[in-house]
Amino acid sequence: MDIKKTLDAKGLACPMPIVKTKKAIDTINSGEVLEVLVTDKGALNDIPAWAKSGGHTVLEQKTEEDILYFYIQKA
Amino acid sequence: MTVKKWTAANVARKVINNEELFILDVRNQDAFEDWKAEGHKFEYLNIPYFELLDGVEEILPKLPTDKDVLVVCAKEGSSVMVAEMLSEAGREVAYLEGGMKSWSSYLEPIKVTDLENGGELYQFVRLGKGCLSYMVISEGEAAIIDAVRFTDVFTTFANEKGVTIKHVFDTHLHADHISGGRHIAAATGATYYLPPKDATEVVFDYTPLTDGLNVKIGSSQIDVNALYSPGHTIGSTSFVIDDQFLLTGDILFIDSIGRPDLAGLAEDWVGDLRETLYTRYRELSEDLVVLPAHFMIIDELNEDGTVARRLGDLFKENHGLNIEDEAEFRSTVTDNLPPQPNAYEQIRQVNMGKITPGHDEQTEMEIGPNRCAVR
Repeated sequence: MDIKKTLDAKGLACPMPIVKTKKAIDTINSGEVLEVLVTDKGALNDIPAWAKSGGHTVLEQKTEEDILYFYIQKA
Repeated sequence: MTVKKWTAANVARKVINNEELFILDVRNQDAFEDWKAEGHKFEYLNIPYFELLDGVEEILPKLPTDKDVLVVCAKEGSSVMVAEMLSEAGREVAYLEGGMKSWSSYLEPIKVTDLENGGELYQFVRLGKGCLSYMVISEGEAAIIDAVRFTDVFTTFANEKGVTIKHVFDTHLHADHISGGRHIAAATGATYYLPPKDATEVVFDYTPLTDGLNVKIGSSQIDVNALYSPGHTIGSTSFVIDDQFLLTGDILFIDSIGRPDLAGLAEDWVGDLRETLYTRYRELSEDLVVLPAHFMIIDELNEDGTVARRLGDLFKENHGLNIEDEAEFRSTVTDNLPPQPNAYEQIRQVNMGKITPGHDEQTEMEIGPNRCAVR
């Protein structure tokens, strides 16, 4: 996977992970991939729901050592 | 416009006083549909906060200006953000402090009745989760039944009333919420009782709660009598208090009955459930007032906020008590059951003392509705 940009939102509480993810996705081009690192568990449901509402695709998500990783392809 | 902060207690007053409230719930749609803050006269609009990042103009026409508007989210953060945006747009709104997390934790003590010689019976209503706990007070002594995990609410209440907690009971091994029973007993020196048939795997000491056990509270001897009533679990035990009240635990609710499957043995226990509801309870006085360990929907609350109904009325009105055909009953309580409560297997492990999660983890486990019933 070709990651265009990485957003480190670890330690941030809701709503900041989504607020920052939205800002970061605005800086990349359609089809490019944003990697997001979050620790707030609310992101588990909220990031996919947010991506869906904006037409973006979550290509992959995983959890490693309490860190959630999302790979979001911009619509 | 300034943004106001409401506590869960403010919301509880709205529920109990039957007042109007408009809730703007900014959690995602799944979370909202699964579980929300319910009141008799509450209205709702669910728009996830992440759809409002570019502005709130679109939802302004949908928000009333003639009643209180409360913004609610999971923990608080997003509701503060949205409330501030609405405030900047000229609306007067409040947000719920601590979000649905604090709503899930809030307990409202409501007096059910006065007993003789200054005794009192209280129901602790956990509105956000539908859990009901009880405290019987008489002449300086108290007994607690089905305490939830916020032990300081009970110990503080007992202190304010000037009573010593002597007996702490759990009607069964709970699967939907974490019990505070044995921790209250440990902190106060009270005796902790649990039905032995539910306690085969527990790793702590307890006093067996068996059929016919009788304790008396205070010198006026308010009677607390145990009645074995299996079905939700194999150990489930009810209480008859002062010959007036029937505490049914998770066996019989106001508008539903207990489900037999949360320990994985629906087929085995359905017969016990039938026996309890259709034989054992039928032998009791119909004038007993049923006090269950849960409510499922807000309509089950009485005008004063209590959850209580005469047993005879339930025999007439509760669908689960009126399925004459045994096969149909069996199918009702074993097929098409609602989803199980969140994390119910871990919650049972906690209540057995096998795992000891931290405070935040316990809160996560208990998120969502209780789902102990079959309608």
